[in-house]
Amino acid sequence: MNEMIKVGMADLNVCTSPDALTTLGLGSCVGAVLYDPIRKIAGLVHVMLPDSTKIINNENKAKFADTGIDALIAEMTKIGADRRVLVAKIAGGAQMFAFSNNNEMMRIGERNVEATKLKLLQLGISLKAEDTGSNYGRTIEFYTETGILMIKSVGKDIKRI
Amino acid sequence: MAHINLNQIDNMQYDVLREIGNIGAGNATTALSQMINAKIDMKVPKVDLLEFKELSDIVGGAENLVVGILFTLEGQIDGMMMFMLDMGAARHLVNSLMGSSNDKVDGEFTEMELSALNEIGNIIAGAYLSSLSSLTNILITSSIPYMAIDMAGAILSVPAIEFGKIGDRALLIETEFGEDGMSVNGYFILIPTLESYSAILSSLGL
Repeated sequence: MNEMIKVGMADLNVCTSPDALTTLGLGSCVGAVLYDPIRKIAGLVHVMLPDSTKIINNENKAKFADTGIDALIAEMTKIGADRRVLVAKIAGGAQMFAFSNNNEMMRIGERNVEATKLKLLQLGISLKAEDTGSNYGRTIEFYTETGILMIKSVGKDIKRI
Repeated sequence: MAHINLNQIDNMQYDVLREIGNIGAGNATTALSQMINAKIDMKVPKVDLLEFKELSDIVGGAENLVVGILFTLEGQIDGMMMFMLDMGAARHLVNSLMGSSNDKVDGEFTEMELSALNEIGNIIAGAYLSSLSSLTNILITSSIPYMAIDMAGAILSVPAIEFGKIGDRALLIETEFGEDGMSVNGYFILIPTLESYSAILSSLGL
């Protein structure tokens, strides 16, 4: 690995081998990684909300599952990735607080995961692995050389998917 | 009705929001001081309008372990309020409240201590919101406290998502308070819906 590139909340970035991508402290947001395994080009988007069409203020494409993944693919193809061979790995979408009433606002993590999967399905991108849901935060790192997504959480063992 | 756009807050609105933070946090600090029976000083609150990517930096990085206590708001103002403490501050407050020796500085909280933390959150939020309520003459009621101890980024994602629905930045009222030279950091984050912002500003004649 050469350089670890950070992706913030409602942000996206791409990189080529041997660099890696990371996003720190994912909560209800979803980190979606797209990967071209042949050219070893990866992209990571940190999605906050499921659907750009339901929000008035939607200039930031990386904020939403639908537009974020489109924007990520566009950035990846710019640096040489082949749209047809992309695979995906996703993590996050936790419910951080144990709310007693189950209203829509509280299920946001779950909805982010559903929307991300739906978008991948519509684009015909195969979801290779996921670590989603539950009630804890995750830091993720994606390594372009191996295609492995590493997940770190507080008080838990490191996962590699 | 006053309209507010989080991407273009004018100076007047900014000042009013800072004053709300000042009054709310001032009352909350007083309540906290009475509860642990110690003098607590509060610094002038900072009102920050931050981009989402900068958000977690304020609490010492996205992976920093913090205690977050969240309330949902109902009544004439909808939204959320969060009170966040770093682990050191949380431990210090719990020790002060429960009269336990201050040498225990780390390790996991017991059930009893978690319950005490919840109560601290409850009293602080109650004081904050009731002062806001009497200032604006708007009825605000809050839910029971919901607590999580995790990475700051993960906890902040919950209010950040609410801000995400109305803009690309989050409005944060940050208050630092300390006791006898020991500085602890606490953050109050008030997240009204956009309509509720307007209601607050209108009630104050803006």
